[in-house]
Amino acid sequence: MSAGAPVLRAGEPPVTRRHEAGMPTPLVGMLLFIASEVMFFGGLFASYFNARAIHVGVWGPPAPAEQLEILPIALPITIILVASSFTMQFGVWAIRRGDQRAMRNWTLLTLALGVTFLIGQIYDYTTLGFGISDGAFGTVFYTLTGFHGAHVFGGAVGLTILSARASQGQFSQQNHVAVEAISFYWHFVDVVWIALFSTLYFLR
Amino acid sequence: MATTTLSPTTQGYRRSWVMEWLTTVDHKKIGILYIVNSFFFFFAAGILALLVRSELAVPGLQFLDESTYNQAFTMHGTIMIFLFVVPVLSGFANYIVPLQIGAPDMAFPRINALSFWFLPLGGLLIFSGYLFGGAAAEGWTLYTPLSSGAYSTGVGTDLWLIGLLLVGTASILGSVNFIATIFKMRAPGMTFFRMPILVWTVLVTATLILLATPVLAAGMIALFIDRNYGGSFFDPNTGGNPVLWQHLFWFFGHPEVYIVILPAMGVVSEILPVFTRRPLFGYRAFVFATIAIGLLSFSVWAHHMFTTGQVFLPFFSFMTALIAVPTGVKMFNWLATLWRGSIMLATPMLFALGFLAMFLIGGISGVMLSAPPIDFHLQDTYFVVAHLHYVFFGGSVFGVFAATYYWFPKMTGRRLNERLGKVHFWMHFIGFNVAFFPQHILGIQGMPRRIADYSPDAGWTLLNVVSTAGAFLIAASVLPFLVNVVATLINGERVGDDPWEGNTLEWATSSPPPAYNFDSLPPIRSERPVFDLRHKHDAEHLLAGDDTAVTEGGHS
Repeated sequence: MSAGAPVLRAGEPPVTRRHEAGMPTPLVGMLLFIASEVMFFGGLFASYFNARAIHVGVWGPPAPAEQLEILPIALPITIILVASSFTMQFGVWAIRRGDQRAMRNWTLLTLALGVTFLIGQIYDYTTLGFGISDGAFGTVFYTLTGFHGAHVFGGAVGLTILSARASQGQFSQQNHVAVEAISFYWHFVDVVWIALFSTLYFLR
Repeated sequence: MATTTLSPTTQGYRRSWVMEWLTTVDHKKIGILYIVNSFFFFFAAGILALLVRSELAVPGLQFLDESTYNQAFTMHGTIMIFLFVVPVLSGFANYIVPLQIGAPDMAFPRINALSFWFLPLGGLLIFSGYLFGGAAAEGWTLYTPLSSGAYSTGVGTDLWLIGLLLVGTASILGSVNFIATIFKMRAPGMTFFRMPILVWTVLVTATLILLATPVLAAGMIALFIDRNYGGSFFDPNTGGNPVLWQHLFWFFGHPEVYIVILPAMGVVSEILPVFTRRPLFGYRAFVFATIAIGLLSFSVWAHHMFTTGQVFLPFFSFMTALIAVPTGVKMFNWLATLWRGSIMLATPMLFALGFLAMFLIGGISGVMLSAPPIDFHLQDTYFVVAHLHYVFFGGSVFGVFAATYYWFPKMTGRRLNERLGKVHFWMHFIGFNVAFFPQHILGIQGMPRRIADYSPDAGWTLLNVVSTAGAFLIAASVLPFLVNVVATLINGERVGDDPWEGNTLEWATSSPPPAYNFDSLPPIRSERPVFDLRHKHDAEHLLAGDDTAVTEGGHS
């Protein structure tokens, strides 16, 4: 804002941040948003453990539905989602090297894995044999997995936008803060799933 | 002051007046939108309060039936808290914080606009229950099972949930914006311990909003699922727990109290030094007390739930009483700032002093309620109503009016009329105490809150008549305020850029400031850069070791 700001040279991105040192402002914003999301899922997890603590009898899907099994759906889609965190990070490392083409390909692969996870989850819903209105377990199961799925969907929208922008050549080694921000969010969604998967399938 | 005046010359590109205000991403215009929008909701919720007080003035049902009465106090509380006190303080913070840290705008201007526009939408959704068979009627806390599908069949509660989710989302996005702005947009030299107190209080407030509101959002979504999709979160018949709602609500709801009081404390801490011509006593102690209140606020929520018998009383009682310590530190800061100051009783200062006195009463009744034996006796009586109004109204709303009188010249270039301002203050102050002090006594006498009628034999009639008279005096005090605002906007006294001889950077630019806020900034070497600039001469003497040149009070 002082009069002595350097004049831009052609081809350089405009300088919009005031403090170049430290984390870029959009990343700060994304981390803060993720902090609020942690508290949101904290509230849902608290509801889950409250229902579990006061439950009488076997904790799980109400009869006649069968107990949850990690095969054939839950474990494979978990592996797929965890793998997508790696492919996302490969994309981030690619754009940090300035390789926009590799970054776009990794992003598209991440998107495909995320969508596969969602399809798997919806298919899983159709086979479970209980619904959201079938007692406390049904309610917390569908609310937690449903809101996690909604967040995966939100991340997939972000990945779609990243891929489209990459196709137009909008990212470079210096200018790719959106890629970093979406990757934070995607990793967060992955971590939530690991916590949720462990809670639902192992902590019975 | 000529030394601090700037003359910005460039103009933004031209748009029609309406398009400019609808599409603006300027933090100052958004701040004004917040404030104006909040005052509309303030007047709407105030009319509901008058309905409640009119009904309660004497025994018998005169104006409302039980159902409309329940809707009236529910909407009054909801709108006052979520669509007046919180957003109006966000509005002042939006306008002032970027100026005080020397920034050209908020970190995310378009998200800032989005946060604002969710508010009128959410507020109208909450109110729209009246069009669809009745608004929410379970009190602003919406306790289950009263608010579950079995006992609350109308769509009003669903609209309340949807509307409040929008308002909550707006708050979360707004707080992300404030924290990022304060972390990343400070001018060179503006270190953390040189930030004005208002900026500190907004930083802590935004952190509380960021971490507390999502928990309420989770609870509201759970309630919405229970009501509409047959969920069992809060239904004990199918494995749920109605007390869970109270936990989720108050985990948000108690930090919410500090969300509305901390920025008002910040406002008062800006005003007292200016109108006493002294620096704030114990700046660092005040900052650490603010942080301590923020931290403690997450460990006290269950003091609202003592009578459920399901919480550990000693812990929550102790933590609640502990909050009196940092609050007491602040009270000491303020009083020590006043001590031997050159006090000028302009209207902003009157409201700030009103804040000190009224918030003190609200704080003391809060410590009383933190003791379980007293709380068990007074739970859900008018004593609690009196307590919360001394905190919200006597605290936050006095702060809001102090901020309005203090920064109106910055926003418009014109100072509000002092004579009308003082009439406003005294009507407001007297009306407030007449309305709410008797409610302490009514509560101790056993009058429950949220009742539409009471027996003529209960002995509560006289104090209720007094309380209602006070409520109408508060309502009447709005008239001189509105006349003052309109008359000043049309033909008010033009007072230049720095009418109060302020300390902080917002007074170092023009009134109103240009779109980009500053052409250049004075050097920032303390938490009072504009004071330093004005007293550069004295400061140079001080630096040279010649402290005899500086007279007490510092200004001539």
